Amino acid sequence: MTRVARSQRHQIQGIAAAYGRAFGLRLAKAGLTLFAVIVLSFLLVRLAPGDPALILAGDQGGSDPAFVDELRHHLGLDGPLLFQLWRYLQNIASFDFGISYRDQRPVLDIVLEKVPATLLLTGSAFVFSIVLGVTLGALSARRPGSAVDVVITTISVAFFAMPMFWVGLVFIIVFAVKLGWLPSYGMETTAVSARGGWAALGDRLSHMVLPVLTLGFFYMSVHARVSRTALLQISAMDFIRTARAKGLSPWRIWRDHLLRNALLPTITVASLQAGQLIGGSILVETVFAWPGIGRLAFNALSGRDYNVLLAVFILSSLGVIIANLIADAAYRLIDPRLEREGKT
Amino acid sequence: MKRRLSRPFLTLPVLFGLIVLALLVFCVIFADLLYPGNPWRMVARPNLPPLSPGFPAGTDMLGRDLAAGLVHGSRATLVVAFSVVAFAVGLGSAIGLAAGYLGAAIDEGLMRFTEFFQTIPGFLLTIMIVAIFSPTRWTVILAIALMAWPPIVRVVRAEVLSLRRLDWVRAARVSGLSHIRIALLHVLPNVLPQIVVQSSLLLASAIMIESGISFLGLGSRDAVSWGFLLGSGRTAFSVNWWLSTLPGLAIFLTVLAFNLVGDGLERWLDPKRSRRAGP
Repeated sequence: MTRVARSQRHQIQGIAAAYGRAFGLRLAKAGLTLFAVIVLSFLLVRLAPGDPALILAGDQGGSDPAFVDELRHHLGLDGPLLFQLWRYLQNIASFDFGISYRDQRPVLDIVLEKVPATLLLTGSAFVFSIVLGVTLGALSARRPGSAVDVVITTISVAFFAMPMFWVGLVFIIVFAVKLGWLPSYGMETTAVSARGGWAALGDRLSHMVLPVLTLGFFYMSVHARVSRTALLQISAMDFIRTARAKGLSPWRIWRDHLLRNALLPTITVASLQAGQLIGGSILVETVFAWPGIGRLAFNALSGRDYNVLLAVFILSSLGVIIANLIADAAYRLIDPRLEREGKT
Repeated sequence: MKRRLSRPFLTLPVLFGLIVLALLVFCVIFADLLYPGNPWRMVARPNLPPLSPGFPAGTDMLGRDLAAGLVHGSRATLVVAFSVVAFAVGLGSAIGLAAGYLGAAIDEGLMRFTEFFQTIPGFLLTIMIVAIFSPTRWTVILAIALMAWPPIVRVVRAEVLSLRRLDWVRAARVSGLSHIRIALLHVLPNVLPQIVVQSSLLLASAIMIESGISFLGLGSRDAVSWGFLLGSGRTAFSVNWWLSTLPGLAIFLTVLAFNLVGDGLERWLDPKRSRRAGP
């Protein structure tokens, strides 16, 4: 083996080790956050006025004293506080979120069967908002102050100020009630989806249009503003002038220099949005009767089914934490400087 | 300083925002004169459409005047929003000042704490708190404020970090002033413009969140806010479209106004931008 190859191998090993350390640190932080979320959920029920066993039993199970006693024992609510927390952590570590006293079924099953619907809704809205938002931001950054810029900026400022649930209602009034173009609630028409094939796919898509647009327009406005600002800032920098002076084609400057750098703030914003998307899906799923975890959380709230509620909170926090880890990896992929500087 | 003055504050969007806010202040102050008495009594035929004589916003299915509800709703909505911002600014500035000024391990710890509240699904936690504790006005305010303060921390901390290294802060320390005194009397006033900008943006998001809570029917029933009007009009919205549309419009315009004024202030105060705009 030549010396060059050996030194190269050492370098690669060094970078890999740095990656590993940074990732380990991230993972430890993520674990700590999840731990804090679980403790917070525990405290929320403990701090609530009244008997936590009664609260957890909800309106359905609270009337039966024997049941409440059994629950109190099962949850360790008759022991000291730290012991109770330990029991709670143990249960959740083994994915035991208790049972729903409304449905008399394990909470985890109830939540997991609603997850795909929410992922479909929030995932589509997320992709829609980034693609359209960055496109609009790029269009308006091309000539700041032009008519195109003014129109796009006005649209994004407007959508940023509109309450999502209101946009949803107006969409329903216009496109479902008055025009009759699109369905206003649910995820599918049972008779059509049962037949399967293209008809079912079309049916699903037509149900998705209004909820996805309602959720997506708000975040689109955020991405349009962020990417416009980022593009304007970067295009004023010296290295872009250098690239131009070198005679690079506008397209290559755009792709390799502008977009790559302008995407960094977009990723930061997108990772902050992960948690907000959960909140948005509660409102949008309630408006459109979309059968996901947002609507499940709302029903659990109104039915005081706290086991379901806490499970939704903990699991959606877990989802957000994972999304942040992915965003972090994407950030490092686009901007390798972070790794070399050893920043975490 | 000269450059800053040369940038106009009153641009068209800001002017629009200020006009909307002026109208809002008028409604809040004169609500009892405009629509005296309980806004929720029956005054006319049910289901009058908007622009009916005497009832510019129409009536609902029980013949209650929606315009009266909207005017009184401005109070309920804004009281919550301003209280949230007061709490968030207090907590956020305290944490931001401490983190930026004390630095080191305290900074690290406080920023992790702040990050935590930015990571978790805030709206879900807010409505959980409101529902688990009783939905009074104060629970709603505190639950929203609990999730609202992190942006303030970031702004205040960043500003304090850049101020801390300046000579006059060192001079103050050398001349024997205590840390608390320097932080409160010298550093904080310099951070104030940024806090004002953030407060304006925070008011907008507080209104948004309060409306969401009330829309879901989880909010306080002490006073009827716009979000509650919107939510209760929802059940009949295919017939009485105005019952949910008009309160939503009120929320939209108010949020828009606070955002426009906040953005305008930020642009006006931001020295980086004005430098770029210069020759």
